[in-house]
Amino acid sequence: MNKQALFLGCTVSGRALNYEMSSRKVAEKCGIELVDIADFGCCGYPVANADHDTYVTMAARNLALAEKEGCDVVALCSACLGSLAKVRKSLNEDTEEKDKVNKILADQGLEFKGTARVRHFMHVIYEDVGPERLKELFTVDVSSLKVAPHYGCHYMKPHEIFEGLDDPVAPHTLDDLISATGAEAVDYAYKLRCCGGGVLAVDENAPINLVHHKLKDVKAVGADIIALVCPFCAVMYDEYQSTVEDKKEEEFGIPVLYLPQLLGLAMGFDWKKDLLINKNAVKAKKLLQEKGLLDQGGDQ
Amino acid sequence: MIIDQRIRKKYARIKLPLSGRLEGVGYLGGMDISNSEKAQERPVDANDLAPDFVEEIASHKGGENIRLCFTCGTCSAICPMAEVDERYDPRRIIRMAVLGMREEVLSSDFIWLCSDCYSCHEHCPQNVKINALITVIKNIAAKEGHLPSSLKEGIKIIKKQGRMTEISEFENRQRAKYDLEDLTETVPGVSEVIEKCKTLEKVGGEDK
Repeated sequence: MNKQALFLGCTVSGRALNYEMSSRKVAEKCGIELVDIADFGCCGYPVANADHDTYVTMAARNLALAEKEGCDVVALCSACLGSLAKVRKSLNEDTEEKDKVNKILADQGLEFKGTARVRHFMHVIYEDVGPERLKELFTVDVSSLKVAPHYGCHYMKPHEIFEGLDDPVAPHTLDDLISATGAEAVDYAYKLRCCGGGVLAVDENAPINLVHHKLKDVKAVGADIIALVCPFCAVMYDEYQSTVEDKKEEEFGIPVLYLPQLLGLAMGFDWKKDLLINKNAVKAKKLLQEKGLLDQGGDQ
Repeated sequence: MIIDQRIRKKYARIKLPLSGRLEGVGYLGGMDISNSEKAQERPVDANDLAPDFVEEIASHKGGENIRLCFTCGTCSAICPMAEVDERYDPRRIIRMAVLGMREEVLSSDFIWLCSDCYSCHEHCPQNVKINALITVIKNIAAKEGHLPSSLKEGIKIIKKQGRMTEISEFENRQRAKYDLEDLTETVPGVSEVIEKCKTLEKVGGEDK
């Protein structure tokens, strides 16, 4: 198996140390070796709306860097994932464009060949470890938690680029991973609803309404937490939750965990020191205390 | 011809571009493109249309399937954005593009409301690849100076730092606390790509 290069992208690098740290802990426990490539930069996604050529070249640059190290790519951010996977497929099917991109990359001593596979960290956990083997690594009973999975969009769509890793309209992998911990993965009407983060820079109202719908729904089904796998979804549901509460004059207080933070809890990692759950915007401490999940963590 | 307000009201709810017939141009009058009173009263003049707009879109990677759209409206029904913001309606954008309403589409605020969620992509029975299509339209709009300033600023930041978010000593001190390796504060290779692709020049955001 190829080595896995961890692609942090912009959002995780700048504002999701909790996601990065918990993912590294979970990877280590699962025996997945993650390689860091210092030259990785923006995946290109924020430029896609403005200029196709730049977007494609920026994405291909990162892929070429991974290829040079003989690595596949593991993304934590679903937007990065979608961006890199899409460009990989697109260039592999278009020699002319590939040559054009490689002309620019040649100046950096790079060449995009299209060999590095691109997956989300959760795809890797699901495919290479799997729920059954994962169960052997869980030592803490988290079965009292009701968890609302949030897939986000680019984790499984468009289906063409993900080689059947999950179903685009009836995804199950995150539910399966949550269930493997013993926690209950709850179904809810707005489960597949987009977080709206993609338009936040242009318009705040629409995303706030989208987030509001989901929070209402999650509350209605009585979930304790939302578990997600993209730092931008976390911006919307976690960091923006208080804004939505203010604007809609409705309280939610629903903690939002990155799925690796939940997996990490079940693996017995310290909620604070290892998983940085204290850095999540909506405070989860009280809930975790009530569920008896801070006992082994050395909490003060 | 003045459009019957009752008909307009009825059809406005289901957002079908059928609510009026204008002399000479057929069924265009109901295309309420901005929801403003003024736009509702302004008839579409066939002379202002750009019939080759659809070809222009189809010539870009991602826009090839625009002609396959048979306006079933599945995209608009599944679109989360359309549910929370009436300005956004993917089927209407495609109809406007096919009809050649180039200026109205490119200068609109609504094309930027696509959240890129791929719901339409997964449900479209005609494989129009609507996300990609809207992105093509955004790219054309950007090159004509319509890129929202926030997105333009974003590109400038990426050009400077190689990332959208800033990495400084502060972030690296935080990382050190958890035994994580430093991140580089800038990524020159990214800046070089933006420079070589003449990105900011193309979208009218070149530094003075």
